[in-house]
Amino acid sequence: MSLHTLTIQQLREKLRQGEVSAREATQAMLDRINAVDGKIKAYLWLNPEDALSQADTIDRSGIAKDGKPLGGIPIAIKDVINVEGQPCTCASKILNGYVSVYDAFVIKRLRESGALLLGRTNMDEFAMGSSTENSSWDVTRNPWDFDRIPGGSSGGSAAAVAADEAIAALGSDTGGSIRQPAAVCGCVGLKPTYGRVSRYGLVAFASSLDQIGPLTKTAADAALMLGVLAGHDASDSTSVPQPVPDYTAPLDRGIKGLRVGLPKEYFIEGMDREVETAVRSAIQQLQSLGAEVVEISLPHTDYAVAVYYLIATAEASANLARFDGVRYGLRVAGKDPIEMYGKTRGTGFGPEVKRRIILGTYALSAGYYDAYYLRAQKVRTLIRRDFEKAFVKCDVIVTPTSPTAAFKFGEKTEDPLQMYLSDIFTISLNLAGNCGVSIPCGFTSNPKLPIGLQVLGKPFGEEIILRVAHAYEQATDWRKQRPNL
Amino acid sequence: MPEDTSKIDVAYVAYLARMRLSVAEMAKMSAQLQEILSYVAKLNEIDVSNVEPTAHATPLSNVLRKDEARPSVDTKKILKNAPDSARDLFIVPKIVE
Repeated sequence: MSLHTLTIQQLREKLRQGEVSAREATQAMLDRINAVDGKIKAYLWLNPEDALSQADTIDRSGIAKDGKPLGGIPIAIKDVINVEGQPCTCASKILNGYVSVYDAFVIKRLRESGALLLGRTNMDEFAMGSSTENSSWDVTRNPWDFDRIPGGSSGGSAAAVAADEAIAALGSDTGGSIRQPAAVCGCVGLKPTYGRVSRYGLVAFASSLDQIGPLTKTAADAALMLGVLAGHDASDSTSVPQPVPDYTAPLDRGIKGLRVGLPKEYFIEGMDREVETAVRSAIQQLQSLGAEVVEISLPHTDYAVAVYYLIATAEASANLARFDGVRYGLRVAGKDPIEMYGKTRGTGFGPEVKRRIILGTYALSAGYYDAYYLRAQKVRTLIRRDFEKAFVKCDVIVTPTSPTAAFKFGEKTEDPLQMYLSDIFTISLNLAGNCGVSIPCGFTSNPKLPIGLQVLGKPFGEEIILRVAHAYEQATDWRKQRPNL
Repeated sequence: MPEDTSKIDVAYVAYLARMRLSVAEMAKMSAQLQEILSYVAKLNEIDVSNVEPTAHATPLSNVLRKDEARPSVDTKKILKNAPDSARDLFIVPKIVE
């Protein structure tokens, strides 16, 4: 029996019935990882003994049989979320050797729900990038084509789920870092509403945008995971004290009469023809399921990338000031603290992180603050209002997740601006703070590469976007197509 | 937004960021930053004179808690990750003569 191919729901059923133990499920994952990860390199760190001992604890406790939502389910964690006793490097040399001293809020939640923490997945350094090429450690390959990127920054998590090396994974999304890799690897990626999931224990990149979310094989699994992750946490002052609904119960209610908005600004030149065709036929599918399509406008879309790269870099330059060689991570000696900071940071950070720290520092520096950071925050208000107005006319918004399928390694590394523009469809959502999910909606023909459909919702509208995703998934069989490994 | 972005003093900004860059890094970054800054200059097209800035997207402000002592992570555990420490303190190069 190939346990590694199962969804959370399927594996959970087997664990509950006592058909398989958590140890057997974990061993199946380890065997799968052993067989394929040499080629894909989704994981940065994995300790089989640790994973099996977590599994044994779960088996002894009987937690998998007593109805805990994730009892015995092995989950991969992006290397930016702290798990006590495991390394956390953010794929950066500056955190080489760092071992977490506490569990992130979401990790506590996963443990309480019976999940086991399988290992650490690769990413762009400090979550800055769209291809995982900015990792200081490893090149993660797209399971569908080894010459291509797995997306980013949660590229390791997406590749692990797509290659059946994890039943599900956690990622973080600041400008599309869950949705875009999910789209190009062919899995489901959910960015919850800002404030829905606590970031306590997530290494901060851009605090006004960062959000943790799940990468899964199905929309129903994403709903199940969100129910575990969501909720108020006093340790994150942006965490919103709003009740957590049952996200799985309404999934089968269908989408009859639901208004699906198509933003005209998203169907633009530069979008790959096959991506457009796949997204348009997905929209027809939604119509045939009873949804009503309305044209909407998000007029400030064209400014989102510019706003994002000022706000995200400004916040990153402040957040990453903590990596100074004093308390943790790399230290390069200097005759005084200033020299030590400069050498440590100059040695420890990779090129993209340095570029963003410089851009952010510049945008915040005396004489430029109003012109760059403040102006960007004002345009951010206009982008938020676009969404508010659009959601009067519709219940969800549907777009492509990424303008193209997975691109080749090295294609955009020398041109940062081109790399930034590949996030054009995902970035606005983080600026507005709303929720969004990417689901598979087809493939390019030659080579065969996954295409993602993005469903955007109102703040705290996860229930509805997951219902749309689930309805579409039930009506199509994209998810059943797996990479040939 | 400043029109002339041709002279970004990368060395000075790197000093502000406390991050040493090589001459080659600075040259490459200077060119790339100019390209990025001329792209973001498109924000000048919009009239924002009557628009309030958005700092973040939550409807919350001034989230406070009682100022009470509570247990935290053990000092010894934290110092295991420190590059240099002694007597429960971080050791750094001399700051004042």
